[in-house]
Amino acid sequence: MTLAPEKTDLKIQLQLDGEADAWFTVCDLKALLPGRGVAALLPDGRQAALFMDRAGKLYAIDNRDPFGGAAVLSRGLTGTHQGRPFVASPLLKQRFDLETGECLDDEAVRVATYEVRAQ
Amino acid sequence: MTAALGATPTIVLVGHGMVGQRFLEALAERGLTATHRVVVLCEEPRPAYDRVALTSYFSGKTPEDLSMTDMEFIETHGIELYIGDPAESVDREARKVTAKSGQVFEYDVLVLATGSYPFVPPVPNKDAEGCFVYRTIEDLLAIEEYAKTKATTGAVVGGGLLGLEAAGALKGLGVEAHIVEFAPRLMPVQVDDGGGAALLRTIEDMGLSVHTGVGTQEIVTDASGAVTGMKLSDGSELATDMVVFSAGVRPRDQLARDCGLTVGERGGITVDEQCRTVADPHVFAIGECALASDGRVYGLVAPGYEQAETAAATIASDEAAFVGADLSTKLKLLGVDVASFGDAHGTTEDCLDVVYADSRAGVYKKLVIGRDGELLGGILVGDAEAYGTLKAFTGSVPPVSPESLVLPAGAGAPAQLGPSALPDEAIICSCNNVTKGTIRGAVTDHQCTTVPEVKKCTKAGTTCGSCVKVLGQLINAELEASGVEVDKGLCGCFSQTREELYEIVLALRINTYQQLLDRYGREDARGGDGCEVCKPAVGSIIASLAPTIGASGYVLEGEQASLQDSNDHFLANLQKNGSYSVVPRIPGGEVTPEGLIVIGEIARDFGLYTKITGGQRIDMFGARVEQLPLIWTRLVDAGFESGHAYGKSLRTVKSCVGQTWCRYGVQDSVRMAIDLELRYRGLRSPHKLKSAVSGCQRECAEAQSKDFGVIATANGWNLYVGGNGGATPRHADLLAQDLSDAELIRLIDRFLMFYIRTADRLERTSVWLERIPGGLDHVRDVVVEDSLGICEELESLMADHVAHYADEWATTINDPEKLARFVSFVNAPDTPDPVVGFVPERDQMKPDLPLLSIGMRPAEEVLEGSAQR
Ligand code: SRM
Ligand SMILES: Cc1cc2nc3c(=O)[nH]c(=O)nc-3n(C[C@H](O)[C@H](O)[C@H](O)COP(=O)(O)OP(=O)(O)OC[C@H]3O[C@@H](n4cnc5c(N)ncnc54)[C@H](O)[C@@H]3O)c2cc1C
Ligand code: SF4
Ligand code: FES
Repeated sequence: MTLAPEKTDLKIQLQLDGEADAWFTVCDLKALLPGRGVAALLPDGRQAALFMDRAGKLYAIDNRDPFGGAAVLSRGLTGTHQGRPFVASPLLKQRFDLETGECLDDEAVRVATYEVRAQ
Repeated sequence: MTAALGATPTIVLVGHGMVGQRFLEALAERGLTATHRVVVLCEEPRPAYDRVALTSYFSGKTPEDLSMTDMEFIETHGIELYIGDPAESVDREARKVTAKSGQVFEYDVLVLATGSYPFVPPVPNKDAEGCFVYRTIEDLLAIEEYAKTKATTGAVVGGGLLGLEAAGALKGLGVEAHIVEFAPRLMPVQVDDGGGAALLRTIEDMGLSVHTGVGTQEIVTDASGAVTGMKLSDGSELATDMVVFSAGVRPRDQLARDCGLTVGERGGITVDEQCRTVADPHVFAIGECALASDGRVYGLVAPGYEQAETAAATIASDEAAFVGADLSTKLKLLGVDVASFGDAHGTTEDCLDVVYADSRAGVYKKLVIGRDGELLGGILVGDAEAYGTLKAFTGSVPPVSPESLVLPAGAGAPAQLGPSALPDEAIICSCNNVTKGTIRGAVTDHQCTTVPEVKKCTKAGTTCGSCVKVLGQLINAELEASGVEVDKGLCGCFSQTREELYEIVLALRINTYQQLLDRYGREDARGGDGCEVCKPAVGSIIASLAPTIGASGYVLEGEQASLQDSNDHFLANLQKNGSYSVVPRIPGGEVTPEGLIVIGEIARDFGLYTKITGGQRIDMFGARVEQLPLIWTRLVDAGFESGHAYGKSLRTVKSCVGQTWCRYGVQDSVRMAIDLELRYRGLRSPHKLKSAVSGCQRECAEAQSKDFGVIATANGWNLYVGGNGGATPRHADLLAQDLSDAELIRLIDRFLMFYIRTADRLERTSVWLERIPGGLDHVRDVVVEDSLGICEELESLMADHVAHYADEWATTINDPEKLARFVSFVNAPDTPDPVVGFVPERDQMKPDLPLLSIGMRPAEEVLEGSAQR
């Protein structure tokens, strides 16, 4: 996660499978609205949800809602809970920590997270 | 327990199920894991998981979600856990257990927690391909795979608690499900004939077929040996592709039998009150494999937990005894309320039944009352709302008459028996045996203030969950009683109520959320990102006051876009598979043939499912997010506008045909409904607003069930407010009579603006009217008599709204930057979301729900299984 400087031609990149050099370019930084997400289709068919908070920090987690199965987490509302950034699923409102993928409402559930940067 | 001098004594636990895991926790709590070597032999390929919640696998829980074992706990306590390695034999003489892997463990104490196995009646072909049981995660994986690839019909043998859960699960897998029960009614153990009848109705209404009073005689197979049907005892044959046996369980006592321990006549390892086997003081048995000292084998988790605690205490040389337990249960099947508790069948001498039954509504409630008026038990079918409280009152004399406890709300004097009336000894959570006193203690002595905190502290509510509601009520009551001010703030970000925030926004003309949060938010929330509660609430306040405070009236403009609830952000309603529904506004329900044709053409061209709604309009379902702009371009071209089916705003103003056509009509109700709908369309409010106009007192438009309803009189209009359908219906109250058109509209303007100003988030007018001090009289004083002198302001706020209304879909389709957001993937705008798929039904289509579970399960074989579809 990096802080995004004031530049318009920056691209958002996701790290694939934890490989140090496998950065996958998703979109222009300006496609992201602070407080909202977008979904990205990854080369292996998985989907990621990308978010930017009000300070410009980027996050990426899996797009599938593990409770309902639909690929909609990118469409949820974001916020902070006790200092942890989260997105609330638009289906049944469970919240997921954007940094760890942990579900804040059900410790047993977690979604995948991705390293993300603007460059 | 003593051991050879110098050596660490060893406890060997056979079976790592729910009770085994609780036993380990009890050992750790008593410090026994520090003084003992603890060895666990676990037969299943995974450590202990929540078997009670097994069925929730089909509603999306993964095996990981169900796990009850924290590996960190196992490691920190130095527990040796052997997964997939069952005990094969016990040599009691030498005090040794041999595992399947060949490892041998010496023990000082042996604890058997081997659970049960599902009983399969000895019918021919019971092991054929397509026959299953319902006990482990592996069973469910196999059922799922078979249902998805090889079956369209399934039959469950056994109509008990588990059988119904299994049948519900089959149905959820898209299989047509039958239940075959030998007894004359469903859930014969828990409910009586009356309850069975009510239950039958509900289950059949859910689309499950029930066959009671018949037994299974033979499983019929085809040449390849796969199930094709079942022969029943009445001579009939039921065609089915799969069979799930759920005909009860039997204790797994083979290991104990083999080593010469005493077992009961009908199975179960015989133990004393300390859960020690009667044959050998070094061996204990707990959970479903044990035959307790009261002569019962318990098939529920709560008694097993108590046995686990008892055994651990005994090993620690503390005093404890298990002498019997309660058999209260509640069915966890979605959409069916069934519960029984205490002496449900009234076996106590001299007891009396109090019964309320409404077979049309599928409701049946019975309470068993003892000689001295004490509540002994009961059965609730169709409405188990009171289960938590009633169960806790069992054994005591309730403070109100038993009749009033079973009557439905509204009939006679409904007794709202709150948990505060309970004695401290009352068991609130029967799964974990937690009393009201313990819960109060968690709040007063351990500073717990929320349900999750109390759950963690007391374990209450962590198993079946049926007590959580009562738990919440108790915590709040306790907090209030101890003078702790219950925080009335909107959320973790704001200490103000919604009403207070509205006043701040209006008075100070604050028109962004960030300004409001940074200046008026709670200290630690300032500068942050807010939350999913306050963002839409503030977004709504800003939208309803937009023209007045100088904000944009377009909800997707600038910062406002990030505040909107997900539906408002896409100006459509999200469906369970990630597709959307589209509802154009049809004011007053009046639509031209051309309008109908346009809607029909659009639905046909985009392949949408169409349905007439309960609000006199047409809903088109199954639009992919990238289709929304295309659909709306055509709708807007044809003169349609957003119907705000997604917004907390005006929905519909229903109308009857009224004076123009109807022989009874006294005013033109259609015209008035259209006028009202066009006036208030797009008005953002604390919750949705609904209205209706009827042309005479016959009330065909059901105006008295609306937030504001209008009924024509010979002299004008009567205005009713605060009506509601939904879960808690309320008839509207008459606010004013015989109004002229202008008077009517002025009064509604004031009423709505006063509601928007003072209501809580997500508070319908009905709830608001009941809550605000002074109720209807106060509202009448304010909006009719202008007692607060604010009516002029209320009217001018509404005038601003009306003057600035613009259709948000028309604005959106003309804004390329906004349109770019309507894609499934930011990096592949032309690719549709592959999870959104549809299958045919009744000449239209419906979501392909199994698609949603593909890739959701980590187990590879399941992945492959579902991919074959
Ligand atoms: C489509 C429709 C059912 C139908 O097929 O007929 C419907 C569908 C939904 N209703 Fe409804 N309600 C529909 C008429 C009703 C009615 C009947 C009426 O309006 O005359 C009621 C009872 C009247 C009332 O509201 O007082 C009704 C009471 C509810 C409630 C309970 C509200 C309450 O105060 O208790 C909810 C839940 C909520 O809003 O919190 C709800 C929520 C919903 C939601 C929004 C649930 C959701 O979040 O997904 C459904 C969205 C449908 C969609 O995606 O398009 N719907 N709903 C009806 C749309 C009417 C329309 O044209 O806009
Ligand atoms: C679908 C379903 C729904 C249920 N719903 C409820 C409910 O709502 N409320 C309720 O109170 N109860 C419910 N139950 C019952 C509840 O799950 C059991 O009472 C509880 O799991 C019993 O715990 P246990 O540890 O005794 O047995 P189990 O959880 O069955 O654990 C026993 C374990 O021992 C293992 N084992 C057996 N033999 C050996 C061996 N030789 N070596 C090593 N390991 C061995 C087994 O593989 C198993 O993993 C439900 C059960 C099911 C199947
Ligand atoms: S409410 Fe009265 S006017 Fe309207 S349709 Fe019914 S009977 Fe006719
Ligand atoms: S009663 Fe089951 S969790 Fe409390």
